[in-house]
Amino acid sequence: MRKILLALLLCAAPVLAQASEGAHLDKVKIDLRDKASLQRGAKFFVNYCMGCHSAAYLRYNGVGEYLGLTEQQMMQNLVFAGDKIGDYMTIATPPRDAKVWFGAAPPDLSVIARARGNDWLYSYMRGFYLDDKRPFGVNNTVFKDVGMPHVLWELQGWQKPVFKTVKGEDGKPEEVLEKLEIVTPGSMSPDDYDAAVTDLVNFLAYMGEPAKLERQSLGIKVLLFLAVFFVIAYLLKKEYWRDVH
Amino acid sequence: MASNSAEKWNKGLLGWIDQRFPLSSLWNDHLAKYYAPKNFNFWYYFGSLALMVLVMQIITGIFLTMNYKPDAKLAFASVEYIMRDVNWGWLIRYMHSTGASFFFIVVYLHMFRGLIYGSFKKPRELIWIFGMVIYVALMAEAFMGYLLPWGQMSYWGAQVIISLFGAIPGIGETLALWIRGDFVVADATLNRFFAFHVIAVPIVLLGLVVAHIMALHEVGSNNPDGVDIKKVKGPDGIPLDGIPFHPYYTVKDIVGIVVFLMFFSIIVFFLPELGGYFLEANNFIPADPLKTPLHIAPLWYFTPFYAILRAVPDKFMGVLAMGGAIMVLFFLPWLDRSPVKSIRYRGGIYKTALALFVVSFFALCWLGMQPVTPLLTTLARIFSVIYFGFFLLMPIYTKLDKTKPVPERVTS
Repeated sequence: MRKILLALLLCAAPVLAQASEGAHLDKVKIDLRDKASLQRGAKFFVNYCMGCHSAAYLRYNGVGEYLGLTEQQMMQNLVFAGDKIGDYMTIATPPRDAKVWFGAAPPDLSVIARARGNDWLYSYMRGFYLDDKRPFGVNNTVFKDVGMPHVLWELQGWQKPVFKTVKGEDGKPEEVLEKLEIVTPGSMSPDDYDAAVTDLVNFLAYMGEPAKLERQSLGIKVLLFLAVFFVIAYLLKKEYWRDVH
Repeated sequence: MASNSAEKWNKGLLGWIDQRFPLSSLWNDHLAKYYAPKNFNFWYYFGSLALMVLVMQIITGIFLTMNYKPDAKLAFASVEYIMRDVNWGWLIRYMHSTGASFFFIVVYLHMFRGLIYGSFKKPRELIWIFGMVIYVALMAEAFMGYLLPWGQMSYWGAQVIISLFGAIPGIGETLALWIRGDFVVADATLNRFFAFHVIAVPIVLLGLVVAHIMALHEVGSNNPDGVDIKKVKGPDGIPLDGIPFHPYYTVKDIVGIVVFLMFFSIIVFFLPELGGYFLEANNFIPADPLKTPLHIAPLWYFTPFYAILRAVPDKFMGVLAMGGAIMVLFFLPWLDRSPVKSIRYRGGIYKTALALFVVSFFALCWLGMQPVTPLLTTLARIFSVIYFGFFLLMPIYTKLDKTKPVPERVTS
């Protein structure tokens, strides 16, 4: 009986694989210890994202402390005019207006890295392509019919989609996106742009869970303590149980 | 096991207390002179572990409530405030969220121990029933607690589960409305779930745990051989195969707790989301009543029952099947007709049935997490039938099963 069940499960495998398959995501390699990368990412975030998106669960001084920046450096480079160092990273755009402009209010990005994942964010910011049918003239490979314009176009330039024809599931030919091609170069080379997006994703990942590195380093200490405690507890148990036969 | 040992302690502070409060006799009845079988194995750690996790959930929960705000406008942000601005808040929150999943792991293993060694059988039926009520209360506790972070999965999970009450003919919709306090899951729902989660259900749970342990200490613990140690007593009236719970099992359980905490710490410090099984990615998006997620699934500990619900074509029948899958466990002491308790002395039929049950439980757990496809629905139906078959056919196959003779004393 169990063999039959196993066979059934194996038959199901291809169906399951299909069910979980989404858009292709490019892998990003980030390093939360790389302060320089985080500082660059913070600059991109404040300059390009915070026009519309808030990071309302973070305070400027907390970010500065983590990135190794002084209060003065923070005030000069990253803190919005009029904001104080202890303020949350909020924006002035009323969500109601933003909803009219973009069709949906731009979400707060404090925990976006935990909701979407780093690879998704990396692919998303590299995945804008020209599409006449959209209000802002762009579509996205991982977020179909996205409401957001291509904010980083100055850096990346404009990309055009290249389609190829493949045989679809029903046997009929089907057009799928093969790759994106730069048609108007931006101020950065593709490699530099990828590096810039990596920095930005790094910063978003930090924002998602500022305590992550602290958590891991504390975890090692806790496990070491438990390992020592285990030896003591085990010897105690052995000593007591010597007279149980 | 009435104790008159208090007379021994008639001097000093302890004597003064004992004349006014049964401190020494409580200590003796439940720890120092509670004789437990000496042959407890790996499976006997999970009772004390469940108690420890309960205490841990209560303590971390108290600290969470100091900063959490049960308000639809503030809840999500207050959890992130705990994660960022409260000292050690991230640790307290991860301990609580990981503790919820570990509570179910420990309780499922504890219940499985009952299945393999027949701990639910006479004279321990009430221990089992109290335990089952604890399990149901725990499910209510977990379900209502999961709404509190007010993320998309919190919101839509609650929306789906509460709407199940709507399937009850006649009163269904009114009942669902009464539970929610609004036409959809909303601020009123969050506020009342908070009240149940932090006060009502924990009080019930603590009372039930006391009843569970009192019932256990009245009849004495079962053991991996399923023999009654009270049948063979020494001249002093102490079971020959019994040892005092304290210090023997207290020192042993400390070892179990340390090992448990190691596994627990690996999750809390290195994998708090456990790939979406303990904390779902979608729950980092604030609840949005206008945006239904593509795929709604409860957390892993409910998915076996969720799979059974979805396996039944009719919604109301599905709800009944889901409820039945839990209720049938209450009747276990009377469904099992085997003359022996422990799996060590049962025959091949029970062993096979139990193995099939375990396979179907895991399969349903996995199926409940997947999006619906025709093939998966068929599989869910097959495993649901096996799940119910294990219980409903039990009176027949446990009678047919060829058992082995049970020894007089425990084997070591």
